[in-house]
Amino acid sequence: MAIEGVDIVKAAAFLGAGISMGLGAIGPGVGEGMVAAKACEAIGKNPKEAGLLTRTMLVGQAVSESTGIYSLVIALLLLFVV
Amino acid sequence: MAMDAQTLIHITAYTGGGIAMGLGAIGAAIGEGYTASQANLAISRNPSISGDLFKNMLVGQAVAESASIFALVIAILLLFLDVASDSKLTAAALFGAGICIGFGAIGSGVGSGFPGGQCCTGIARQPAVTSKLTTNMLIGSAVCQTPAIFSMVVALMLLFMDFSKMPLYPTWAALVGAGVSTGLAAIGSGYGGGLAAGASCEGLARQPEASGNLTTTMLVGQAVAQTPSIFGLLISFILIFKTFPESTALKASMALLAAGICMGFGGIGPGIGNGMAAQGAVKWVARNMKNAGDLMRIMLVGQAVSQSTAIYAMVISLVLIFVL
Repeated sequence: MAIEGVDIVKAAAFLGAGISMGLGAIGPGVGEGMVAAKACEAIGKNPKEAGLLTRTMLVGQAVSESTGIYSLVIALLLLFVV
Repeated sequence: MAMDAQTLIHITAYTGGGIAMGLGAIGAAIGEGYTASQANLAISRNPSISGDLFKNMLVGQAVAESASIFALVIAILLLFLDVASDSKLTAAALFGAGICIGFGAIGSGVGSGFPGGQCCTGIARQPAVTSKLTTNMLIGSAVCQTPAIFSMVVALMLLFMDFSKMPLYPTWAALVGAGVSTGLAAIGSGYGGGLAAGASCEGLARQPEASGNLTTTMLVGQAVAQTPSIFGLLISFILIFKTFPESTALKASMALLAAGICMGFGGIGPGIGNGMAAQGAVKWVARNMKNAGDLMRIMLVGQAVSQSTAIYAMVISLVLIFVL
């Protein structure tokens, strides 16, 4: 199997995209789960504030999501732009 | 180095078998250790029912053990199965099978230990509900095993399906990728499911009259926690069953391998995160039964957000398989 330079670069870009999105998804998944767990705890302790707590949870998760979106952007760049 | 197919098949079968059992032994051992540690604490707290606690510990450990038994079965098959194929693809498939069950057994093994341990703690605290606790533990840890069973299914398919008609390049990467995808994605779902099941056993001992609500919340939470491993299974099935056009270009192979790696790693975090969310919800259903509805809703919203990165990973995997 003859390997050319262009081919090996593309191959590396694909592999990089997979690794980027794959590993990048771990942190937000765990982090957002922690937020949700604590939101459940908070609502259990103070059910009257459920609306406020849900909003805070979602904003917190959105921030935690950002690194997952960075990974997605880098993966898409590696796949389609580079 | 020129190598005939039979030699290559032996090499990958033996290394695959080693990887399968080596990785596969990690999870169950940790999970059973946790169960035993909780059983010891429980017996010191309430020595008069040590017999019940001991029995319960062994039942819990037996369920956790099944994950590593799956790995043992695949490892033995890899060592002794007489493969008469002369296709190098079989070598890739056997290696994929070993990786798949090796990684796939980790999460379920650790996860199944949590309900076992919490069930022992609960029995020491509330001996009157022993049978309810044991039932709840068995349901919870059975669900924890499903990711390991998915891995077992993919490993068996890789072992016994005939791929010899497929083009070697890039199918070899698809077969290894199929093993990686389900194997890694199963880690998070198994562990996460265990967190939810453990919390429900703890909650049941604290508030036995909430048992219906607790089991329901646990099962819903676990079901959502299983989805990343189902995504992993889906990508594996696509990689196994799709026929890829022959291409000796390295990029064609790497795209398929990367699809498996992407979905595999991408499933770990959301699986654990969904499990944590379910753990929080179940724990507080036991403490505040009146708000079970609110808690279930916030759990599902939180899990949906936590799930998003698994969906990104699946999208990238599908793009790698179908678009590029």
